[in-house]
Amino acid sequence: MYKIEAYLRPAALEKVQQALAGIGIAGMSVLEVRGFGRQRGHREVYRGAEYTVDFVPKIKIEVAVKASDKQAAIDAIVGAAKTGQTGDGKVLVSAIEEAVRVRTGETGDSAL
Amino acid sequence: MMDRFRFAPILALSALIMGGATQALGEDVTSLEGFQSMPLVYPKFMIDNLWILISAALVFIMHLGFATLETGLTRQKNTVNILFKNVFIVNVGIITYALTGFNTMYPGDFNGFIAIMGPIGFDDKVANLTVNYANYTYWADFIFQAMFAATAATIVSGAVAERIKLTSFMLYATILVAFLYPIAGSWKWGGGWLDAMGFYDFAGSSVVHAFGGFSALAMVLVLGNRRGKYLPDGQIRPILGHSMPLATIGVFMLWLGWFGFNGGSVLSADPGLVSLVFVTTSLAAAAGALASIFTSMIYLKKPDFSMALNGILAGLVGITAGADTVSWVSAIMIGAIAGTLVVFAIVIIDRIRIDDPVGAISVHGLCGMWGTIAVGIFSTNPEHSVGIQILGTLSYAIFAFVASLILALVLKATLGMRVTAEEEDEGLDLAEHGQPAYADFQHITN
Repeated sequence: MYKIEAYLRPAALEKVQQALAGIGIAGMSVLEVRGFGRQRGHREVYRGAEYTVDFVPKIKIEVAVKASDKQAAIDAIVGAAKTGQTGDGKVLVSAIEEAVRVRTGETGDSAL
Repeated sequence: MMDRFRFAPILALSALIMGGATQALGEDVTSLEGFQSMPLVYPKFMIDNLWILISAALVFIMHLGFATLETGLTRQKNTVNILFKNVFIVNVGIITYALTGFNTMYPGDFNGFIAIMGPIGFDDKVANLTVNYANYTYWADFIFQAMFAATAATIVSGAVAERIKLTSFMLYATILVAFLYPIAGSWKWGGGWLDAMGFYDFAGSSVVHAFGGFSALAMVLVLGNRRGKYLPDGQIRPILGHSMPLATIGVFMLWLGWFGFNGGSVLSADPGLVSLVFVTTSLAAAAGALASIFTSMIYLKKPDFSMALNGILAGLVGITAGADTVSWVSAIMIGAIAGTLVVFAIVIIDRIRIDDPVGAISVHGLCGMWGTIAVGIFSTNPEHSVGIQILGTLSYAIFAFVASLILALVLKATLGMRVTAEEEDEGLDLAEHGQPAYADFQHITN
């Protein structure tokens, strides 16, 4: 089992959700986050004074997948979220030691 | 099918008016009952009085407008604090106005400068509840003026937001609304020295707005700027308001209230004048908005939304001094100049390191001054002069500034003016009130 964490543009959410649903990924969590990477911040003007937006609004998607779905899920996210511009985001993948479905107590792949 | 009795009420009313036409409006009134039976005089009095009461209710709504505008243009962590200040001011304003303010502002015969008087009240009903008093009753007069009174202190509240110590502000606002505002108001509206010189301020560009704006300037100078607003390397770091929807509600509420603020200042329901005042008030607001929108698009290279809101208010403040005495074209010019002025004023005041989160010094102080002087330029009444208007508005600005400066310095030396740096960083909602404005997790729904 793997956890996929993807930091993406807010505008990418709907396409990524559809792409994941398309390959049978049944659940996901979304968080509103702020941060910066290579895109850095950008300059804005408020009431005549310039300021830098250091932390750009992003969304973070968390999905837990079976080992067999890992590559398809990554491909789906990257494919749906890519615009080619700086600031498209990152996908981080890590191993999950255990998973439990709260309602039934099922564990492992069947809990996902 | 035409019902022949349909016109009966109209016929009856005509008969009433025809019968009453022989009675002049200025006829002697000797008893309340006798007055109420005068067919022509009494209905007019009722309508005039009702309009003043409606106007009082409209001005009351402006306090909601100020509360939401100030909340919207400041940070989330200071929301409870700014709402608290607004709630306090309205309530302490009405009570102190009853105890001393009203009679201090309208003392009758006095030396023209200052007369601290006692509470409201009267014995003679005929003198106070009939046309012998005015086009309205004593009570209507009081409540309309009481709704105005708190406005001057509310203007200060926005400028000192996010860092002033609550108890110091409460004390300051109480003294301002109980004594300073009524004393200064008596100079014009109480028939004092400025009134005697022919100074004109219809609904308070100077009496209310320049007074509030320059009080705010003195307070901000003593209080200092919000932490983190001006960086050590000389850079300005804007602190963004947290809710533009709230600010918008506030500005539209204020515009609505201004129909009572200016419309009620006609002090009767005179159809021609009240209608003119509605038109000049709205045209100036609209011209102020458009002027500030285009100024910020050209000068700041951005259509800054908060500037558009300030432009509406700038136009409204600007027209307030002359709303009943300028043409509709002049109203547009007064509003447009105010809307242009306000953008430059906000930017310049910010660059000289005076931190005014809501732009109150520019909107109320400078545009109030401009509106007062504009009466001398645009008035259809040849007796209004630019010189006297300048003298009048400077008198209000200087008195407000000096009096507030003294109060602020005394408060700084005694109670202290500012919250601690830690409290300011944490936010005044938790530091002063122990209560956040938005306590739960936010629910996000699409």
